[in-house]
Amino acid sequence: MSLEMFTQHLFNALALGALYGLIAIGYTMVYGILRLINFAHGDIFMVGAYLVFFTTVAFMPAWAAALLVALALLVFYAVFFGTRRPPLWFWPPLFFFCLTAFYYGFFAPRDFTPPWTVAVAFSIMVTSAIGIAVDRVAYRPLRDAPRISALISAIGVSFLLENLGVVIFTGLPRPVLQPEALVTPLVFSMSALTGNPESLVRVAPIALIVPLVSAFLVAGLLYIIHRTKPGLAMRSISTDIETTRLMGVSVNKVIALTFGLGSALAACAGIMWALRYPQVHPYMGMLPGFKAFIAAVFGGIGSIRGAMVGGLLLGFIEIMLVAFFPSLSGYRDAFAFVLLIVILLWRPSGLMGRAMEEKI
Amino acid sequence: MTGARRDCLLNVLLIGLLFFLLHVAEQQLDAYSIRILSLVAVNAILAVSLNLIYGFTGMFSLGHAGFMAIGAYVCALLILSPAQKESMWILEEIQPWLAHLSAPQLFAGLFSDPDMARQLGFLCAVSLGGLAAALCGIVIALPVLRLGGDYLGIATLGFAEIIRVLIVNAASLTNGSLGIKGIPQYATLWWNYGWLLFTLYVIVTLLRSSTGAAFKAVRDDEIAARVMGVNTFYHRVLSFTIGAFFAGVGGALTAALISTIDPKMFNFMLTFNVLMIVVAGGLGSITGSVIGSVVITVMLELLRPVDSFAPGTRMVLFSLLLLGIILFRRKGLMGTREFSWHILFRPRRQQ
Repeated sequence: MSLEMFTQHLFNALALGALYGLIAIGYTMVYGILRLINFAHGDIFMVGAYLVFFTTVAFMPAWAAALLVALALLVFYAVFFGTRRPPLWFWPPLFFFCLTAFYYGFFAPRDFTPPWTVAVAFSIMVTSAIGIAVDRVAYRPLRDAPRISALISAIGVSFLLENLGVVIFTGLPRPVLQPEALVTPLVFSMSALTGNPESLVRVAPIALIVPLVSAFLVAGLLYIIHRTKPGLAMRSISTDIETTRLMGVSVNKVIALTFGLGSALAACAGIMWALRYPQVHPYMGMLPGFKAFIAAVFGGIGSIRGAMVGGLLLGFIEIMLVAFFPSLSGYRDAFAFVLLIVILLWRPSGLMGRAMEEKI
Repeated sequence: MTGARRDCLLNVLLIGLLFFLLHVAEQQLDAYSIRILSLVAVNAILAVSLNLIYGFTGMFSLGHAGFMAIGAYVCALLILSPAQKESMWILEEIQPWLAHLSAPQLFAGLFSDPDMARQLGFLCAVSLGGLAAALCGIVIALPVLRLGGDYLGIATLGFAEIIRVLIVNAASLTNGSLGIKGIPQYATLWWNYGWLLFTLYVIVTLLRSSTGAAFKAVRDDEIAARVMGVNTFYHRVLSFTIGAFFAGVGGALTAALISTIDPKMFNFMLTFNVLMIVVAGGLGSITGSVIGSVVITVMLELLRPVDSFAPGTRMVLFSLLLLGIILFRRKGLMGTREFSWHILFRPRRQQ
């Protein structure tokens, strides 16, 4: 394989791996604190992708968008503040959103689509609210139940989201309009390395944007987890949930925050996934979800850095396997599962995870 | 009359009644109702086999679709006629040894009666489908059953997915993604219920034996079971393999019932349906699994008109139902209770 081809594959692998990593973080955070495989995470990723394109491309009615925003705010309020009075910073965003919703609901022209920044913010917000709501409704009542019950509940939520997707958006795959600026390939010359003036590498800007945005998001997340008080509470819960509760931490709120952050990252991944592979359909979250989970196990479940590393490695291996052995391309989807089984048998705590011993 | 003899007699009477009802159903009902009755039986086989693995031995397995796929493909390949195989394999040439392999034809040489040969061939094909799935079950179990809990679920799910990808890619054996069409519909009401009775007999006998007690011990507390001298790994592999066998049988019957199979059919959805039945019926209750399969199968059919409102509504209700059961009534319809004649003949308590 020529160096140009390899470089090109490397960029593809980087973008795919970064997306896997972003989704994997959601799995790893939830597993780290609840020991629960959040089966619905892949479908939350799907919801994130749909919402942004439903607002920009397929013209979601403005009243529906406003309703979703109101519901999302209600979820945030109910879960984080309960009956207590919300703090002062809660009101300005509420006011802002009400104003925007009012504008889009009544004054904006019918065929007007919101700017993409608004659409992305909308998608992230509503998706993280859905993640929190799923935790509240389907997982929290089962905290004291056997772990497998919560897993079955998660499978139920996953199917519910997929089928709601089929009902609301229909099962047909929808194309996504990619902005020209994101797909017109940038051409780099590699003549300095190969000595051949003809050797050019074409990379779509989106393949560069995805890893950059992901790195930025992960840096932010690591900051939250290691430098802020809620982050401290999260780490504390993942060590010992009962003691954390005794220390006066409202464990349920911290768990809700974890779900919110994980779902927001999944929404970002969903948006970028749909820009990179321009199609959305209700089952799009299933396979990336499984693979991201495998990436999380690969990197060591419970570890954020591990999830990112696992995602990048999985993306790299997948792309390179097909690139070097084209005859194996039919087995591409099975490869991740083989990897999972090998990892589970050979090193169940993953690359960067801590070994958990079985207690009697 | 002693309890055991009474129970035996009542069982025989019940089976007689079942056969009488099947006979009536075959005479009176239309094809659609008969198919639903058959589906009830097939689903019950699948649910009981998953219940053996998960409800009685405590191994959360999501690999049922994979075993069903193996059973379905083995059975379909064995009962297709060579002429059908000749015309159907378009993507790749069929393997020469497979092209002329047809169980009914093998038996046709031994028996003069063609129907007899066909039925024996079908019996043979379904059994081989089950055996192939069981073999695959052992191969999977040896590495994977060292894991526990949710990891086991994901690993078995991965195996089901791997099997599906293998089926798509092994086009010279399986006709790849095109699937197999026109499988002879040998799975009559009688075969389906016969296999169901066989499954129930084997699994109930197994669970009443000391092996069954060992299964439950492994489920309830693996370490305690090991301390008591139970070979936990052996029992887990045994339970998994038997479960895989009956899952394969269920898959084989499905193939001969609906006559068309393709790799897409054996996705996670199928496992989900079986899991749903087991959870609804009650984990650790064979009676519950049978009742669950009747209720869920019939309900899925009754809900079919809902789909005309918007496609997918039926599955939304279905997932909501699963969530409702797991959140509000975790033990399902029956919990771990079983039906037995003893309940009916229990002496009334004196006031």
